[in-house]
Amino acid sequence: MNADLALVLPEIILTIGGLVTLMIATFASDRAVTAYQAAAVLTLGAAIAAVAATMGNPPATAFMGTVTVDAFGGFAKLLIYSASIICILIAPRFFAGQMRGEYPVLIVFAALGMGMMASARDMMTLYIGLELNSLAAYVLASFMRTDGRSAEAGLKYFVLGALASGMLLYGISLLYGFSGTTGFDGIALAFGGDLNMGLILGLVFVLSGMAFKISAVPFHMWTPDVYEGAPTPVTAFFASAPKVAAVAVMTRLVIEAMGPAIAAWQQIMIFLALASIILGAVGAIGQKNIKRLLAYSSINNVGFMLIGIAAGTQAGVQAVLTYLLVYLVTTLGAFLVVLNLRDQDGQPVESITALAGLSERKAGLAAALAVFLFSLAGIPPLFGFWPKYLVFEAAVMANLLPLAIAGIVASVIGAYYYIAIIKTMYFDDIADVRWDGHGPLFERGLIAASALWLSVIGYLFIQPLAGATARAAAVLF
Amino acid sequence: MLSLMLAIPLVAAITCLFVDARTARWTALAATLINLGLGIQLWLGFDIGGAQWQYVERAEIFGRFAWALGIDGIALMLILLSVFLMPLCILASWEAITKRVPLYMAMFLMMEVIMIGVFAAQDLILFYIFFEAGLIPMYFIIGIWGGANRKYAAFKFFLYTLLGSVLMLVAMIAMIGQAGTTDIPTLLNYDFPVEMQTWLWLAFFASFAVKMPMWPVHTWLPDAHVQAPTAGSMILAGVLLKMGGYGFLRFSMPMFPDASGQLMWLVFGLSMVAVVYTSLVALVQGDMKKLIAYSSVAHMGIVTAGLFAMNQQGIEGALIVMLSHGFVSAALFFCVGVIYDRLHTREIDRYGGLAVNMPGYAILFMLFTMASIGLPGTSGFVGEFLSLAGIYEASSWAAFVCTTGIILGAAYMLYLYRRVVFGELTKDDVRAMPDLNAREWSIMVPLAAVTLWMGVYPESFLAPMRGDVATLVARVAPARLPSDAQMTAGRPVVNSAVGHSAGKAVGESH
Repeated sequence: MNADLALVLPEIILTIGGLVTLMIATFASDRAVTAYQAAAVLTLGAAIAAVAATMGNPPATAFMGTVTVDAFGGFAKLLIYSASIICILIAPRFFAGQMRGEYPVLIVFAALGMGMMASARDMMTLYIGLELNSLAAYVLASFMRTDGRSAEAGLKYFVLGALASGMLLYGISLLYGFSGTTGFDGIALAFGGDLNMGLILGLVFVLSGMAFKISAVPFHMWTPDVYEGAPTPVTAFFASAPKVAAVAVMTRLVIEAMGPAIAAWQQIMIFLALASIILGAVGAIGQKNIKRLLAYSSINNVGFMLIGIAAGTQAGVQAVLTYLLVYLVTTLGAFLVVLNLRDQDGQPVESITALAGLSERKAGLAAALAVFLFSLAGIPPLFGFWPKYLVFEAAVMANLLPLAIAGIVASVIGAYYYIAIIKTMYFDDIADVRWDGHGPLFERGLIAASALWLSVIGYLFIQPLAGATARAAAVLF
Repeated sequence: MLSLMLAIPLVAAITCLFVDARTARWTALAATLINLGLGIQLWLGFDIGGAQWQYVERAEIFGRFAWALGIDGIALMLILLSVFLMPLCILASWEAITKRVPLYMAMFLMMEVIMIGVFAAQDLILFYIFFEAGLIPMYFIIGIWGGANRKYAAFKFFLYTLLGSVLMLVAMIAMIGQAGTTDIPTLLNYDFPVEMQTWLWLAFFASFAVKMPMWPVHTWLPDAHVQAPTAGSMILAGVLLKMGGYGFLRFSMPMFPDASGQLMWLVFGLSMVAVVYTSLVALVQGDMKKLIAYSSVAHMGIVTAGLFAMNQQGIEGALIVMLSHGFVSAALFFCVGVIYDRLHTREIDRYGGLAVNMPGYAILFMLFTMASIGLPGTSGFVGEFLSLAGIYEASSWAAFVCTTGIILGAAYMLYLYRRVVFGELTKDDVRAMPDLNAREWSIMVPLAAVTLWMGVYPESFLAPMRGDVATLVARVAPARLPSDAQMTAGRPVVNSAVGHSAGKAVGESH
């Protein structure tokens, strides 16, 4: 039992730290921003340290095989916790007077839930982690109580999220009914035998529930509305950490629990991937709001990650992990830029037409956003090219050449709307917006660092990155 | 050495972003001149007849692929073309570009990095990165500093070329999977299965044909050229189009020789259409830049046909046409730019009689017009003659059709020249145009000198490439289709025996 507790040290840290933060926020006032923010960041920092310390260890399971601690989950957790820290730090300036202590607390608990998802080796662990994350997320989406759009986003997210949880749960119950267990190993055993309709249906329902979480087409409908309505720091959070957790757990699920039934889920993945890439690209074209556009961009990018999962090989998983890291940096960078787009009254500017001529008013922000967008489009020499390359390579090596060709051609459609924004920023006449001065140094530094990393510098770190992703991916096979 | 040539413009580009317009201009000029110096050193130090790959650098810093650079004679010549044109482009935009100069100069310097990188890369993935990266600066150059319809042209350029290139990426992944290496010199000698070659060849063709550009995927080019600023057109026509030809030489032909043989007629067919059709289109253009853009497509048609003749003359000729077109079309676009700067229109009908008030300009414009037509003594003649000779060896019909392109070329170029430079000087605003200034002379004269040099003594340019072309021919020759032009070794009419007997007969009659 003690050994089990030692293995879930990051989760314990997050639980206690989250509760402590809650106490600080309750007993100090809502204006003690620094105090509860520091508590939350320290908690997440400690969790990162705890995860990093165990990265080199061989995989181990705890609590009768329901939780696993391995390099794959560790990699995902590092990304999740880091993204959470950034999302906490960027919030106070956005909420200004409305900042409340619940925000960091909810993020810490959401991070806890996501960490559990990444470590899940049992359907129940997966479900509890996912719900913990989702419940925190519903509240976060409607965090600005007085804002109609925010409340609408929360409600939409909740209703559709509940539906998806229901589907997931129904799928889990089918899998349990036909395999007699909720553990991944037992389910894999059942899939290794004769496939019957119950198992197939369970697989479809479970994957549908997961597809909702990663906002893959056709379960993407909530994404643009929620992204647009939720406060920008929360949107940044939704676009980053939960995506990592959901993609990681989906990868683990299909490979560890459904590995023998690859023929069954590969088709689903291929469909989800292509549908997401194409719809994400086409849907983005008409968008007028930059947050909605980034929502479609995330749908599009998830499609590319699904190509890596569809390959079902170690190289594919490695590509997905690389993709997650690069996507995380790019998305957070792009949202940081959006956060910094404020007019003189401090009101956030979200309309794309207002970005016209941004490059002459705010050259740095425009250049950074151009880097992020070119990177999301996967145009070399920006680093966003590299994970796309790895994903396509994995697909070709797994004999999914038609998928690779379709995906890569569809990526050209995606390039259209990315370069359309760059056109707005660089080619169009200057829009009549009076911009605010510079944002805080911390945010500008983060934007600059991520933009630099995504320009050619990222290539210099391919080798260590490949090493880390290879170790993480090897765990699943 | 090659890394240094990449580093200098890169550093200068970053510097340019942080300085004012004046400093940016001088920084860009200095960096490009230093690179020109390095390029000349590269040429002088190149060991003709030595190792195939020289100035090789290799650093395994990316794990999956390497920072591998190295050049053969063909790449050397194309790099020289790039570094030669760059300072001229900077000078050409010295006064024409007034808004956002630092960004402009940075983009041009980035362009130089990318061009050298494309020609020097010895790793498949590295090549792809450079090849694709060229889209970004060109997108900005056309989109920010272009003409009225620049946004449309920038989009068209970007998406067209991107769509071509992504198919090449899939083919590259398949190649890497098959051969297990990204090293280009190794891949050059790797024999891919014949049925696989056809698909790979077609995927590469999709990319290079757009870049080249070949008919019918050339439509982005007139738009891009017309809208781009003068220097943008110069570099686009001068160097970027050559990336397509270089791609055929470096990848399609040596890596997939069997497919090249099979699909030779596809290339010939498209080239023949390009030569005739775009020449006819050029004949009716009212916009000078569009006319020269269409003439570029026609010239590139001769290049592709020459390359796929797959013999020594054809390929050498195609290479000389590429180099010559690089200088001449850049010069012609600059000629247009010179008068555009003065009158701000590219309408041919708005000019006329320039020979009267701009005699210096008229002479140089005449020289480049003649070089474009292929007058003996200019670079155009050498290239076109060699490639047509090569094409004739492969197919006399293709040679016949391509040769009409030369005639049509003479027609549209001379027609352009007559309307712009000759005739009555009737318009007052045209009369007020001053002749070339010192800056413009300094751009025109080097281009004119090289054009004549290449026309009179092409050996300087052919010598470094000869060995590499021979290697290439040896690689593709077995796949060549039989030719209809059955040539036999010539039998001189007066051989020694005949001469002797004739002499004897004369003697006997006495």
